[in-house]
Amino acid sequence: MSDTSFRDWLTADAPASRAQARAAAWYAGWLKLRGNTLAMVGLVVLIALILLALFAPLLATQDPFVQDLGARLKAPGWEGHLFGTDSLGRDIWSRLVYGARISLYIVALVALVAPLLGLIIGTVAGYMGGIIDVALMRFTDIFLAFPRLILALAFVAALGAGIENAVLAISLTAWPPYARIARAETLTIRNSDFIHAIKLQGAGPLRIITRHVWPLCISSLVIRVTLDMAGIILTAAGLGFLGLGAQPPSPEWGAMVSEGRKYILDYWWVATIPGLAIFTISLAFNLLGDGLRDVLDPKEAGK
Amino acid sequence: MSAIGIRDLNVWFGEGAELVRAVKSASFSVAEGESFGLVGESGSGKSTVLRAIAGLVDSWNGDMSVLGEPLGRRRSAAFYKRVQMVFQDPYASLHPRHTVDRVLGEVLKLHGFSDIDARIDRLLSDVGLGTGFRFRYPHQLSGGQRQRVAIARALAPEPRVVLLDEPTSALDVSVQAEILNLLSDLRAERGLTYLMVSHDLGVIGHMCDRIAVMQHGEIVELLDVAKMRALQADHPYTKHLLDSSIRSIR
Amino acid sequence: MTNLLDVENLRVTFPTRSGTFEAVRGISFSLGRERLGIVGESGSGKSMTGRAILKLIRKPGIVTADRMRMGDTNLLTASEREMRRIRGRHASMIMQDPKFSLNPVMTVGSQITEALLTHEKTSRAEARKRAVGMLDAVAIRNPERVMGLYPHEVSGGMGQRIMIAMMLIPNPEILIADEPTSALDVSVQLQVLEIMDKLVTDRGMGLIFISHDLNLVSNFCDRILIMYAGRIVEVCQAGKLHEAKHPYTIGLLNSVPDLEHPRPRLDALQRDPAWREAPSVSALT
Repeated sequence: MSDTSFRDWLTADAPASRAQARAAAWYAGWLKLRGNTLAMVGLVVLIALILLALFAPLLATQDPFVQDLGARLKAPGWEGHLFGTDSLGRDIWSRLVYGARISLYIVALVALVAPLLGLIIGTVAGYMGGIIDVALMRFTDIFLAFPRLILALAFVAALGAGIENAVLAISLTAWPPYARIARAETLTIRNSDFIHAIKLQGAGPLRIITRHVWPLCISSLVIRVTLDMAGIILTAAGLGFLGLGAQPPSPEWGAMVSEGRKYILDYWWVATIPGLAIFTISLAFNLLGDGLRDVLDPKEAGK
Repeated sequence: MSAIGIRDLNVWFGEGAELVRAVKSASFSVAEGESFGLVGESGSGKSTVLRAIAGLVDSWNGDMSVLGEPLGRRRSAAFYKRVQMVFQDPYASLHPRHTVDRVLGEVLKLHGFSDIDARIDRLLSDVGLGTGFRFRYPHQLSGGQRQRVAIARALAPEPRVVLLDEPTSALDVSVQAEILNLLSDLRAERGLTYLMVSHDLGVIGHMCDRIAVMQHGEIVELLDVAKMRALQADHPYTKHLLDSSIRSIR
Repeated sequence: MTNLLDVENLRVTFPTRSGTFEAVRGISFSLGRERLGIVGESGSGKSMTGRAILKLIRKPGIVTADRMRMGDTNLLTASEREMRRIRGRHASMIMQDPKFSLNPVMTVGSQITEALLTHEKTSRAEARKRAVGMLDAVAIRNPERVMGLYPHEVSGGMGQRIMIAMMLIPNPEILIADEPTSALDVSVQLQVLEIMDKLVTDRGMGLIFISHDLNLVSNFCDRILIMYAGRIVEVCQAGKLHEAKHPYTIGLLNSVPDLEHPRPRLDALQRDPAWREAPSVSALT
């Protein structure tokens, strides 16, 4: 199939099959996203970071764990150390590249677990209403009432230190806002005619929630998740700093920042460079999130 | 056996000081194959009656029966196979993320049909849409086309009673004519019973055999359409409605 | 008689991904001290025409015309600042649903006096007095009480009458009413229209009445433009609607169910693609 006819196939006004209709919807979304320059910048940066993580062994100039106390705290550019070295003489660039794996891993896991939990609790509460709503929402309030880091600390303390447990702890503290959003969305969707219509076909609550309510809630959750990414990375860093997240010597970005904190006045790059990495990834997620808002907003879908 | 029987139906919203009585002891019955109209202005409770029959309102008392089956708090699966509803706003009654194919396919699956593909094509042609519309999303359809999809959805379980809640008030007049013709044809072909709500006396007069006029939640008058066309209403409110309607089209 | 408004070859275009979309495609009309109806179905460009006159088309929409004059003002070259002065002072617009056009957190009274004070230098007390008088003119009983109400406390019909009062209080010469009664019940509809009609006639204003309802418009206007696909297909004198020649106009008239003259089937409108391409009929006087 040639290039133009493939595009015609994607933009056809009357798709001939289920697959074509779905592909056309994705293509329309992609075109809209592509029109948003900032979102594309965010997307490119994120893809670059993912590639960085994937090809870490090729891109790293040194072993991220090898210490060289003779070459500690050297400035960026010193003898091939692109970003200099840290307090144990490890190459910061190599640690950054390997650290991208850990940071992205944490982000990806939290981004899956927390919104899903929030989505389930929020939509069930919003759709069922009554006593279920009250119970679930007060439960959510209890979680919201605790400072996030303290709650995560308590979970990690109970579950034991380590990245997986840190992820679990962050997820368990991050879901309440998603539950609130999902519930608010559900309340507006619940009384719309298309929900009434499917009810009149005898559909049960489970089907309505998963097939009809979820697709409309997911978009606002996705947007919120991308905007929360920075916070998630920082919480992970905070846990690492307290010795409850990623364990040294693993090059997690947050842990790198907290290590460099001691030297911030005399050797700025040790903390600043991983800090800039965190800044870049959060900014990229924010830009992408803004673009996705335009593409995914169900209110826009009708236009 | 009457298709729809309503006796002393009360519907209310809220409670305590906030209590609003939306429908006050309404009674009427619709014979099988008849087309019955409920007329009234906004807030008269006409749509609420439909919603109560469909089971979308919980706070009601009185007696309702459909095709001889008395209605309780919960509607059975068999009820939804025999009674269907078309909503007012075709822009709100279709899921924005579902294609026509998915809308109709899901309904057919829920009612346990097996030859779904063939049925979808047949339903679409029955409502005057080609199969080219099958995989479109609602935003790719015009208002009239959406309402046709909504009608196809209501017809999917092969119901005997169709509740029509202002099915054309959100549409242009020329499209309204097409939809009303379609509804008339479908009734003739399938022997459907219609219970239609509208604020437009012209539409009700065109579609219905008998009408009930509602005001402030009460049925103030029952009359047949010949009497309405001759402008021979007894109740002053009906007279007022007829008068306004005639004057606005002269 | 001089015209209040002259529009020649008005076009409203919107750029889209697949080329440009022309909502209004080169229409010409003028408005004297008369009631001009613009009728068409959704997508015919009738609302865009009304908005284009007041330059209320949002970006990326583009309004072009050979000539667009309101009295002595050239609307084409008028700045946004001049347009703000013109809107209200010279021409006002009433939208479909009063719920969305009234500010929900201001009382009715303060909104009406505000509308007057932005256009005229009068004292607050004087403005208030005139606001009460205006509410009285739109047949609101007990206007003093209504002045203190918030928009959610009034009914739809009263809301629309309040809108009319608010739009007419700076004494504009032109009133553009875009489907002013579609959100209202039939009986209220007539009352609102009669009030609007009376005020417009008494003050010798020009009225542009935009609606999808041909019969309604023919009752309240002197001259009717029928729009189809961004062009004017026919201009009718109101009393002579039954003499309309264009198949679209006839089709519109026949597609309405008539209470007194029932037909077994309504005539569905058969659209001829040639209508789209036919040149726009001029409605200049």
